[in-house]
Amino acid sequence: MRKANDHLFASGHYACAGCGEMLAVRLVLRATGPNVIIANPTGCIEVVSSNYPYSAWEVPWVHSLFENAAAVASGIEAALRYLGKIGEVRVIAQGGDGGMGDIGFQALSGLWERGHDVLCVCYDNEAYMNTGIQRSGTTPLGARTTTTPPGREWIGNWRPKKDLPMIALSHNIPYVATASVGYPFDLDRKVKKAHSIRGPKYIHILAPCPLGWGFSPSLTIEIARLATETGLFPLYEYENGKLISVRKIGKRKPVEEYLRLQGRFAHLFEREEGKGIIAQIQAIADQNIERFGLIEEK
Amino acid sequence: MVKKMLRGSRAIAEAVALCRPGVICAYPITPQTIIVEDLANIVADGELKAEYINAESEHSAASIILGATLTGVRSFTATCSQGLILMSEVLFNAAGMRVPIVLVNANRSLSAPLNIWCDHQDSISIRDSGVIQLYAENNQEAADLIFLAYRVAEDPRVMLPAMVNVDGFYLPHAYEAVEIPSQEEVDAFLPPFQPKYKLDPQNPLTFGMYCEPDKYTETRFMLQKAMEKAITVIQESAHLFEKVFARPCFGLMEEYRTDDADTIFLGMGSMVSVIKEVVDELREKGERVGVLKLICYRPFPKEQIYEALKGAKNIIIIEKAISLGSFGALLLEVRSLFYNRPQRPKINGFIAGLGGRDITTETINKAWQLSQKQTYDAYFLDLREDVELEGVEYEEIIKRG
Repeated sequence: MRKANDHLFASGHYACAGCGEMLAVRLVLRATGPNVIIANPTGCIEVVSSNYPYSAWEVPWVHSLFENAAAVASGIEAALRYLGKIGEVRVIAQGGDGGMGDIGFQALSGLWERGHDVLCVCYDNEAYMNTGIQRSGTTPLGARTTTTPPGREWIGNWRPKKDLPMIALSHNIPYVATASVGYPFDLDRKVKKAHSIRGPKYIHILAPCPLGWGFSPSLTIEIARLATETGLFPLYEYENGKLISVRKIGKRKPVEEYLRLQGRFAHLFEREEGKGIIAQIQAIADQNIERFGLIEEK
Repeated sequence: MVKKMLRGSRAIAEAVALCRPGVICAYPITPQTIIVEDLANIVADGELKAEYINAESEHSAASIILGATLTGVRSFTATCSQGLILMSEVLFNAAGMRVPIVLVNANRSLSAPLNIWCDHQDSISIRDSGVIQLYAENNQEAADLIFLAYRVAEDPRVMLPAMVNVDGFYLPHAYEAVEIPSQEEVDAFLPPFQPKYKLDPQNPLTFGMYCEPDKYTETRFMLQKAMEKAITVIQESAHLFEKVFARPCFGLMEEYRTDDADTIFLGMGSMVSVIKEVVDELREKGERVGVLKLICYRPFPKEQIYEALKGAKNIIIIEKAISLGSFGALLLEVRSLFYNRPQRPKINGFIAGLGGRDITTETINKAWQLSQKQTYDAYFLDLREDVELEGVEYEEIIKRG
């Protein structure tokens, strides 16, 4: 389904086959259109798209450092406001879970509380993929990364994901949503909705990484859909602090269906202690299903 | 042009406002804070139309003005000490991206131990960043260097960040009569900011690219050449300054009574006022002494410093910073200027005025007396004898260097 704005993030960049993150970037930019300035932290997006002298960007785009994309975006927004161009030109601060949720989180929190008119997007691939799959604050419970390797004493990441969308919500910003590359039309609608609202907006997008998660590049969409269908990655949106939409999931799928497809969880099925971790992961999914009412009441 | 009795912070703030920045970014740190407070009052009273952003850290303050400047809007922030070190990552980056941000640094020591008073360790520690560094002796010079900094940083031949250094507390907190030029005069000196490249959807460009070994060296070479060009641009701008504002502007450096001097002191910032006093006293006693005030520390004006110092037999460098485990940074650089040259004066290095300890006329006289006997490399002046120096041998305390 090629669309008019697809050229804004041009093909020919260096991303891996099946990269969920670059797919999400293209979908966000397609929904945004050409009147935008993007600030991007260091990471996969930056490295694959801006290898001098080649650029995949047909919109003005800046990468400064790892932790300051939201601050740079704040400055761009302030300058546009000074020039009387804010609104006419949109601003996006976007990056991975490291650049937005960990090292870049302070700048992001600052942008939110100051109320800059910026769409903030986190492409969550659940680890530091650009440096070779190290654990981040959004790495899920039990996942193998190169800094949480299963060993005689360890059984993968020992903490559940940091809940970034809820942290965003607690900043009292007007729009917070989750989205997934598994549901491109839902993602498209949320980006357009976000741009229609003035002030800080946050969209947290699940972006599966074939290399880091250990699955075939042909499975990116299936994996993304399973994350939502099991209840592990609920799709919802909040406007002015109120939950206004939830994507229902129909029949509950067990988390094993999602976990089994990924090498990063393989050790959970090979070892006895893995059963307990899988049960905890199932409990996280069950809590989400209950909390957001993901299953239609009959 | 009006002469006003102003607190240094207010003089700096008024000079900044006259440069018409569109974005001002503030994050508090003593003794800089009063500068951004005074700017807040100017914006709050509607005397300047600007977006005033309260950042959540110095790292973000520098990043915000980087983003604003890249969008084509002149901007400003101020910091010092830990704040400068925190934002140093952004300053190296801004230089590499050729973003002409301008900031004021109210020089302060670095922790530990925590100390909020003046020395130059903060700015000297980021000497390799590609940021132009100018040092003010007094508040008139501080205000004047603001105009100069914007003009030089934004010159198409330069396009580099510039930092005006003012000695913490000594300048921002002191009241002084300062000539504040009119808006018309400043507009005649500083043209509107119109960068060749900016973030603009009408002409989409990519900034901050990833660069492999086949091109990186060339970017650093271009930076080095831009820094060298800044020396010429500062000289040109200083001439223009004198024409437009009808008063002196020293540009790279001020030579005070150095014409026939055998001994030349070298210092930066407010200490130079004290050295000038000592020079006057020594001149009255018939000694041929002078002082070279270095205003522009980066780029390092190699030839100009050599020319200014080459007639001296004895050079006394007083520094408010040290490259720990080595010497003072100025000593190293000035000594290297005289290598393979016909003139080989004595070049002394003294460390003084750390963490707000006042440099007095006694301090300078002591350096003068010591340098008559032998040459020192990194001699700590005014070291107290009543403080126990754990882990230091008695002989080392006697040598103080």
